[in-house]
Amino acid sequence: MSLIETLARMEAVAAGRARPLTTVRHRHLSERPLVLVPLTTSGEAGAPLGALVGTDREKPLLLAVPQPRDRDLRFAFLAELAEAVLPYLDGFADGIEWEERQETDPETGKKVPVQVELCADAPQLIVPSTPGVGYVRLLGRSMRFRRTAEQDPQAPYPAPPQVPLLGRWFTHVGERARVPGASLLLPMTGLLTRHWATGQSMLEDQHLGALLVWIDPPPGTSGRAAAEYAESARDADGQLRCPPAGPATDPAFDNRLLAPAMARYDAGLPGAEDGVRDLVESLLRPTWDAVWHGIDLLRALPAGAHVADRWKRDRWSYTAHRDRVRAGEPPQPRRDDAVTAARKLSARESAQAQLDAQEALDDPLVMAGRRLAGAAFQGTVTAVEPAFSEGRRPMPRPLVTLRTADRPQLSEGGKLYRSLADGKTQTAEFAGFAPDEPDAPVVRLTGGMGRGREPAPGSVPEPDDTVCWTLFEHAPRGGPALPDPQDTPWTHGGPPPDPAAESPDPVTAEDLL
Amino acid sequence: MTGTRTPAAAAAAATDAILHDTLHGDHRGVVVDSPPGAGKSTLVVRAARELAAAGRPLMVVAQTNAQVDDLVLRLAEQDPQLPVGRLHSSEPGAYDPALTGLPAVRTSAKIADLAELDVVVSTAAKWAFIKVAEPWRHAIVDEAYQMRSDALLSVAGLFERALFVGDPGQLDPFSVVGADQWAGLAYDPSSSAVATLLAHNPGLPQHRLPVSWRLPASAAPLVSAAFYPYTPFRSGTGHGDRRLAFAVAGDGSGVDRVLDEAAESGWGLLELPARHTPRTDPEAVRAVALVVRRLLDRGGAATSERSADPAPLTAARIAVGTAHRDQAAAVRAALTDLGVSGVAVDTANRLQGREFDVTVVLHPLSGRPDATAFHLETGRLCVLASRHRHACIVVCRAGVAELLDEHPSTEPVQLGVAVKFPDGWEAHHAVLAHLSEHRVRWRP
Repeated sequence: MSLIETLARMEAVAAGRARPLTTVRHRHLSERPLVLVPLTTSGEAGAPLGALVGTDREKPLLLAVPQPRDRDLRFAFLAELAEAVLPYLDGFADGIEWEERQETDPETGKKVPVQVELCADAPQLIVPSTPGVGYVRLLGRSMRFRRTAEQDPQAPYPAPPQVPLLGRWFTHVGERARVPGASLLLPMTGLLTRHWATGQSMLEDQHLGALLVWIDPPPGTSGRAAAEYAESARDADGQLRCPPAGPATDPAFDNRLLAPAMARYDAGLPGAEDGVRDLVESLLRPTWDAVWHGIDLLRALPAGAHVADRWKRDRWSYTAHRDRVRAGEPPQPRRDDAVTAARKLSARESAQAQLDAQEALDDPLVMAGRRLAGAAFQGTVTAVEPAFSEGRRPMPRPLVTLRTADRPQLSEGGKLYRSLADGKTQTAEFAGFAPDEPDAPVVRLTGGMGRGREPAPGSVPEPDDTVCWTLFEHAPRGGPALPDPQDTPWTHGGPPPDPAAESPDPVTAEDLL
Repeated sequence: MTGTRTPAAAAAAATDAILHDTLHGDHRGVVVDSPPGAGKSTLVVRAARELAAAGRPLMVVAQTNAQVDDLVLRLAEQDPQLPVGRLHSSEPGAYDPALTGLPAVRTSAKIADLAELDVVVSTAAKWAFIKVAEPWRHAIVDEAYQMRSDALLSVAGLFERALFVGDPGQLDPFSVVGADQWAGLAYDPSSSAVATLLAHNPGLPQHRLPVSWRLPASAAPLVSAAFYPYTPFRSGTGHGDRRLAFAVAGDGSGVDRVLDEAAESGWGLLELPARHTPRTDPEAVRAVALVVRRLLDRGGAATSERSADPAPLTAARIAVGTAHRDQAAAVRAALTDLGVSGVAVDTANRLQGREFDVTVVLHPLSGRPDATAFHLETGRLCVLASRHRHACIVVCRAGVAELLDEHPSTEPVQLGVAVKFPDGWEAHHAVLAHLSEHRVRWRP
């Protein structure tokens, strides 16, 4: 935890109310997100109990499984879920714009510009909490290898065609959610904790109800008291007044309410199915409302300047998966091969570096955290001294002296970066401190001044200007290209086996109890 | 049994076996585990020279530019006629200017300029961008345990066979983003290059260097037992071979007493009163700076097998090690306040591979309310406790043993991931138990 976040948390404790960590919103929020609140059955991995899903906060679709151990009912649930979610996911596939991209011509080997489709918008799924993201991945994995009657007429229990398709989409958004800053699938608790610091621990922040009342306490109460109520208050029957955001359920609910209702369903009593549905809805509805409440809070924040850039990458990701589905490619493999894993890790590391830099540039409060950590400094220019590089063609290398109260972790010759008014980045290096003045760093500009003998106008700061230099790059480069998977070297086990050769898990006696 | 041989004979036998496998073996890879200061760089230089002498051009992969420059300098020192290429990035100041004066060393940012040289050295990051039609027949990968699996993946296509050298006890590579989804896969991109290599090629010959030439007789047994319990090594020198003495007698203060204890026994623990503190604990930072100041003021002299006369203990022969960069920055500031300059102050990550006469360590757990996986990491403590030729002085708040007992390791166990022994918890306790015998309590 950074020092500034620790400070914000302590202030939140003192004030009884969450403190902002940002001045702008750092994640894209769709105009029309799809909210999905899933519930799982305790003690049974991957057995959904129910879900509320939809894009209209007033009219969520309730899906419930009256007996989750019954596989037919479970599969029916997944089919219904697919029917509810797929039209939304597909709804963005045809609204396209054209983008120019450099591609290597297979005949000449040269880079040529080509026009490619890019979806103008992309779907966004919001789940209540981080375990909800994991649950989407789990459902994706359990669905994407299901065989349809068309693929395998002999297979027992064929799945409707939309189920494996939804599995592939869930897998895609679940993987995309691992990329820092990506917004195709977001947990509400993660969104809120990025933007506000509460006076409770990070573990407690995983409780959506408690997190929300720290940020927006009911009138007349402190966040702390309201959070305690949200976490632990129970009614006369021993049921939580604010049910957990799932996908796990509260044991008291399972034991006292759900189990008897399921027993009635198993006994075939009239109205028992509706009984279970009502119970599941009673548990889901508060979380559904809480997610929308969180969306309202986030919408009140203006979007950061780089948010649209990052969303564009999400749109590329969506478009690419749309194309794979349309091309009839097989579902994502069970495990990544060595090259794919390395590519993903490298992409995520550069996304993380980019996200950290962009958030700081978009938001003075985030930049303040970086300044406090010694990764950036802001100061007033006190002197500018023209200087030139040595060599045949001297280039301007002016020396800029600043006065700053920040304590950056500078080392001689270390690179510095500054964002210019036109959005470009100016590079510089640390040239030492002014004599006898430990708070007056001298910066030698090394770029962003044009190609001329004299610096371009406006590219060199002037005395009394306030400037902010960072020690981190603003647009970090990605890593080197990796070999093709079929060229995987001997150190990594050689080329992976053909993915088509991978067969579904054999049916064992335990699959059909 | 190696115990009956002299250290030099044992080390020579190990080196001969490694070179034999490298030059004449039929495996595609050879792995060498090297404890701290066991002559890893010497081995790399020798293997490179022998391969080149046998008419087999090779590429050398190191992890940082400083390591690459160091290797090139050593190669040129051993064999001034050997044609060596230093492949570097196109940024200014990419390599040590000292290389330009060497007659047989050629530097370039383009591989085409260096293609016909006997030895070409560069970082893994630079090699990853290189494309060649014909791979090298041989490669040496240095610091292979600090290289990430994905870095090896991007360079492994450049060579047919390789010698992998590294220290398994030092810091593992890491990733700033989560890589749990690949945990347990043989090619987990965030694991070390050697882990992946051996998982896919279990039959490769593995050697280890049995003697640490850096660590004194007072340190090798502890470092060996605490960090290398299943692959023990010994010190190349005996108890009487190294001596640290001060010209000025101690003034009886805690700082001077811990210096005397360290000069006598090779270890010293300066224990401050128990307290929860911020990371840059001002008292502990000042204590570290005072220890360095007194080390210099008291005219330390180090006697070793390297020379007959005692060598003065200068600032360049002293290092301060910390866990975090802000702690290092705070120590640097405190040293400047005391008028000390020229002492290397850095984090464990950056001190890896370096050697000093005396090290002063700010204990990673000093003053902490919790013991996280970062602070417990075995490699971090191992690096900090194994940089010295004479003595190591640890500055720490009291209460670390209790802290450890309250925070057993809670890292989730992942299927398919080899459990690392010893874990950081165990290693910390082992080191602490030993240090407590050399404890000086001090209230600043």
